[in-house]
Amino acid sequence: MRELVVISGKGGTGKTSLVAAFAALAGKVVLCDADVDAADLHLVTRPRILETHDFVSGHDAQINLERCTRCGLCRKWCRFNAIDEAFRVEPLLCEGCGVCAHLCPDRAVDFFEKTCGLWHVSETAYGPMVHARLGIAEENSGKLVALVRREARRLAESRHIDLILTDGPPGVGCPVIASMGNADAVLVVAEPTVTGRHDMERVLALAGHFRVPAAVCVNKWDVHPQEAHRIAQETCARGAAFLGFIPFDPLVTRSQVDGRSLVDYGETPVVRSIQEVWNGLKALLENLECGVPKPVEQSPRGMGTAQA
Amino acid sequence: MILAIASGKGGTGKTTVACNLAAALEHPVVLADCDVEEPNAHLFLKPQWDHTVPVTVDVPVIDAEKCTLCGACQDLCRFKAIAVLPETVLAFPELCHSCGGCALVCPAEAISWGSRQIGERRTGRRGSILFVNGTLRIGEAMAPPLIRNVRRAASEIPQCAVMVVDAPPGTSCPVVASLWGADYVLLVTEPTPFGLNDLALAVAAVRRMGIPCGLVVNRCDIGDDRIRDFARRENLPILLEIPFDRKVAEHYAQGRLLVEVFPEWKEMMQRLYDAVTRELKQARSGAIPGGRASVPEMREVSA
Repeated sequence: MRELVVISGKGGTGKTSLVAAFAALAGKVVLCDADVDAADLHLVTRPRILETHDFVSGHDAQINLERCTRCGLCRKWCRFNAIDEAFRVEPLLCEGCGVCAHLCPDRAVDFFEKTCGLWHVSETAYGPMVHARLGIAEENSGKLVALVRREARRLAESRHIDLILTDGPPGVGCPVIASMGNADAVLVVAEPTVTGRHDMERVLALAGHFRVPAAVCVNKWDVHPQEAHRIAQETCARGAAFLGFIPFDPLVTRSQVDGRSLVDYGETPVVRSIQEVWNGLKALLENLECGVPKPVEQSPRGMGTAQA
Repeated sequence: MILAIASGKGGTGKTTVACNLAAALEHPVVLADCDVEEPNAHLFLKPQWDHTVPVTVDVPVIDAEKCTLCGACQDLCRFKAIAVLPETVLAFPELCHSCGGCALVCPAEAISWGSRQIGERRTGRRGSILFVNGTLRIGEAMAPPLIRNVRRAASEIPQCAVMVVDAPPGTSCPVVASLWGADYVLLVTEPTPFGLNDLALAVAAVRRMGIPCGLVVNRCDIGDDRIRDFARRENLPILLEIPFDRKVAEHYAQGRLLVEVFPEWKEMMQRLYDAVTRELKQARSGAIPGGRASVPEMREVSA
C-alpha cells in the first residue's frame, strides 16, 4: 500500500482539484482530506457520509467562580494571558496546559477534555473517503490530520485498496508536518509565480527534512512560462522529480461550480496534462523500492502537449 | 487601527490586497506579514532590510544534580515534553509549549529556562511602509509563538496609526494568533464553491473573536453568485470586487506591486481603505450586526 500526499506550500494552487482528478483517473483509491481547517475535497467528490465521530483532543480550563477566591495566582502563572480580570478563561487563548487547574490553591479550576471537531468516513464513486472538520478557531489540527490519515490507512488495509490519495494543507507548519510523516511520496503543486516558487522551495526543503520522496508539477504554467521553467529546473536541482506542466483553464473553476471531477468533461488539454502527471506519479510510486526515490524524469516535459 | 487581511482558503489574494493597500496609502503604515509558514509579502515589497533577529521559545533545562526524579513535572506536562525514567529525566524541547508549569511544580528547584529557536523575525522599510515578517524554521511545527512575536514587534513601532496584518490561510490557531486584537478583518475570497465553503468557516472564526469584517471578492467574474447570496444572508458588506484580468495575473506572477503598474489599482485600494474606515466607524457605533456587539452573547454560549 502506498500513500501519496498532495501539498503546495502556497494555498490555492490547485491541490484539491488535482486530487479529485487523480482519484477519477486511478479508479479505486482511499481518499483522505488532511486540510482539516479548510476542507474542500468533499465539494467535488460528493461523499455519502457513513460514519461521523467526535474529535476529542486537548483541554480547556474553566474557573468556578463560586470556589475562586480571586487570589490571582493563576493570572500570574498563565503564560498565555488567557485569564481576564474577572477570572474568566478565554478559550481562544487557553493553551490547555493545565497549570492553573493543577496549581490553584482553592481547586477552583475545572479542566475539561474538549471536542474540537468531527471526522467522517464516507463512500465516493472513487472509493472510501476520510474527512474531517476542525471546530471553528480550534487547535490540535496536527492531531486531527494524524487521525484522518490513520483511519485512511486502516480502511485501505481492510478493503485491500493499495493507494491512499491525501489532500494536504497549505504551509509548512504543524498540520503539514503531520500530513507528511511516513508518507511514501509527496506531490508539490506549484504555481508559476515568484511567491509560488518561494513557497515550493520551502515545502520541498520540508520534504527533504523528513526524508519523504518528492515530485513537483506546475499548475497554470502558461500564466508565466519562464517562472514555470525555473520551477522545473529548481525541482531537478533539488533532486526531486519534475512531472509536468498543467495549463490554465477556466474549466477547472467550472468543474468546481458544477461539483464534478474535471475528468467528466472529456479529454481536454488540461485533463491530458493531468493524465501525464498522474502517469509520472504512478511510475514514481512503483519505483519506490527500499525507500530510495528514483526520479522518473529528469528534464521538464509536457510543455508541448499542454499547449491548448 | 489594526486591519487584518485573512481568507480561510489559500491563494485568494490576501497578500496582494495587504501589500497593495499598504502601498496605496499616503501616510506611514506598518505591514506585518504573519503568514510565517510561507511569508510572501517581502517578495512584492522588496524592502530595505534593517534587522534580523532569532525568535525563540522558553524550554526547560533540568539540572540532573538537583533532580530527585519525583515525577511531578511529568505529571503536570500535558504535552509529553518531559519523561522521568528510573534513573534519569529527559526533556523533549520540540514538544514543549512553554507553559512554565514544570518549573512551578518542581520541589527541588531543578528546572531553569533555556531557549529553542523557532524562526526569525525581520524588519525593513520601503518608502512610508515599515515592514515586519517572521519566517518559521523548516521542520518547526509551532507557528503561533512566532506570529505573536511578529505582532508584538509590529505594535511597538512608534508613530504609526495603521497596522496592516497579512494573515495565514485557514481558521485554526495561527489565524487566531494573527487576528487577535485586530479592529477590522477584510476577508479576501473568490466566488467558487471552495472559496465560499472556506469563507463561511473564516466568517465564523472572525465572529467568534468578535471582530467586525467585510469582504473583498477577488476574480469576481470567474464562478457563480453563491458568494453574493451568502454575503447578503449573513449581512456582510462586500467592500470591493476585483474582476479577473490576465495582465494583472502576469504582473503578480513576476512579483510586481500592482499599484505601481496600474493607476486604477491605486485608486481602488484607496477606495477600499476609505470603505474600511467607514465600516469600522459604523461597527464601533454598534450599527453592524456580527460586529463587536455580539461578543458577550457568544461568550455565554461557550462558557
